[in-house]
Amino acid sequence: MHEMSLCEAVVEIAVEEAKKNGAARIRAVVLEVGVLGHVDPDALAFCFSAVSHGTLAENARLIIERVPGNGWCLECAKTVPMTERFGACPDCGRRHVQMTQGDELKLRELEVE
Amino acid sequence: MCKDCGCGSGGTGYKINGKTPAELHDHAHDQHRDHDHNHDHDHHHHDHSHEHDHGHHHDHDHAHDHGIHPVHAAPLAAVHQPDVDSERVIRIERDILAKNNDAALQNRARLAATGTLALNLMSSPGSGKTTLLVRTIEDLKARFPIAVIEGDQQTDNDAERIRATGARAVQINTGKGCHLEAGMIGAALDDIQAEPGGLLFIENVGNLVCPAGFDLGEAHKVVVLSVTEGEDKPLKYPDMFAVADLLLLNKADLLPHLKFDVGKCLAAALRVNPHLQTLVVSAETGEGMAAFYAWIEARATLSRTAAAVRA
Repeated sequence: MHEMSLCEAVVEIAVEEAKKNGAARIRAVVLEVGVLGHVDPDALAFCFSAVSHGTLAENARLIIERVPGNGWCLECAKTVPMTERFGACPDCGRRHVQMTQGDELKLRELEVE
Repeated sequence: MCKDCGCGSGGTGYKINGKTPAELHDHAHDQHRDHDHNHDHDHHHHDHSHEHDHGHHHDHDHAHDHGIHPVHAAPLAAVHQPDVDSERVIRIERDILAKNNDAALQNRARLAATGTLALNLMSSPGSGKTTLLVRTIEDLKARFPIAVIEGDQQTDNDAERIRATGARAVQINTGKGCHLEAGMIGAALDDIQAEPGGLLFIENVGNLVCPAGFDLGEAHKVVVLSVTEGEDKPLKYPDMFAVADLLLLNKADLLPHLKFDVGKCLAAALRVNPHLQTLVVSAETGEGMAAFYAWIEARATLSRTAAAVRA
């Protein structure tokens, strides 16, 4: 459950930014989470309500936007879609693909009041 | 973050040698650059309990703030009532792991200054990490000052085993935490006072998943896999093998009794990480351990030389 400590980081950053902006309450937190990363969005959502309790982010909605996976296939010399972190190139079937997108773990924006 | 004092992350309430970061407060905080989030913590409780006067705060702050967009310009507008003008969207774009990564950078700088070679050992529970460490310490302690940071959810049994070798050991109990984080290592480093030119082994919490995502500031990640675990582990848990620099395939003395294809296992690991170095060892009999020591010595020499050049 490393999602618990990731959520703590999310709440910490969110509260810090909300205060910097003079907000009294956080209504929504928008995350970007890549599909190839090692984070389970359901576990994040589960942990978020527990971790945000008693903070400015209490009862905020957690919106998780998934970022699709992409990689650079060394064989085909082009960007190809990836569904597995260490998967094969969908065109040539070889595994010489370097992930270029899909590992994101970012707090993109807050909705505050 | 820690409920008691807010230092470090991993707020599941970790302990170092049985003490909370709050109890270690004085010295644990001297070295912490993320100290200031401690203050945030206090403030936010304060703000929270005075929420009734937020109208006042709000007006005041609103006039000063930059980078705030009215909600109708933002993608969230569709979901919320744009007519409530007290709502705003703040663009942040911050990496969630940034705090851990900053703490890891600080650890790395401290370790580089003392020429300490730090290795982060990771595996599933029961792969023989502690036995491997005990043997390694016995065999190398004449050549290097050695210190160990032990991570477990509970007990200091492992630190006790390490201390029996004469090496210094700090036990971090993560409580409910499933991995070590860089902030915990920073606090443990305050405690351990690494001797120049030595080795620091960090034995991560036994878990083949979560520790992979957290940089601790180590020089290398070493994954330990035992031959009793199944040769397809690298494919089942690719993240760990992808981030590691060295794979130690342990308990090789049991191979005659098992159906375990070493070649297949190493091939699986190399598929996930073509740069991975692999060694087959037995911490029990000592088979193959000389290769691991040679690997360590080569890197320790580099760490020491780099520190001497910088000094």
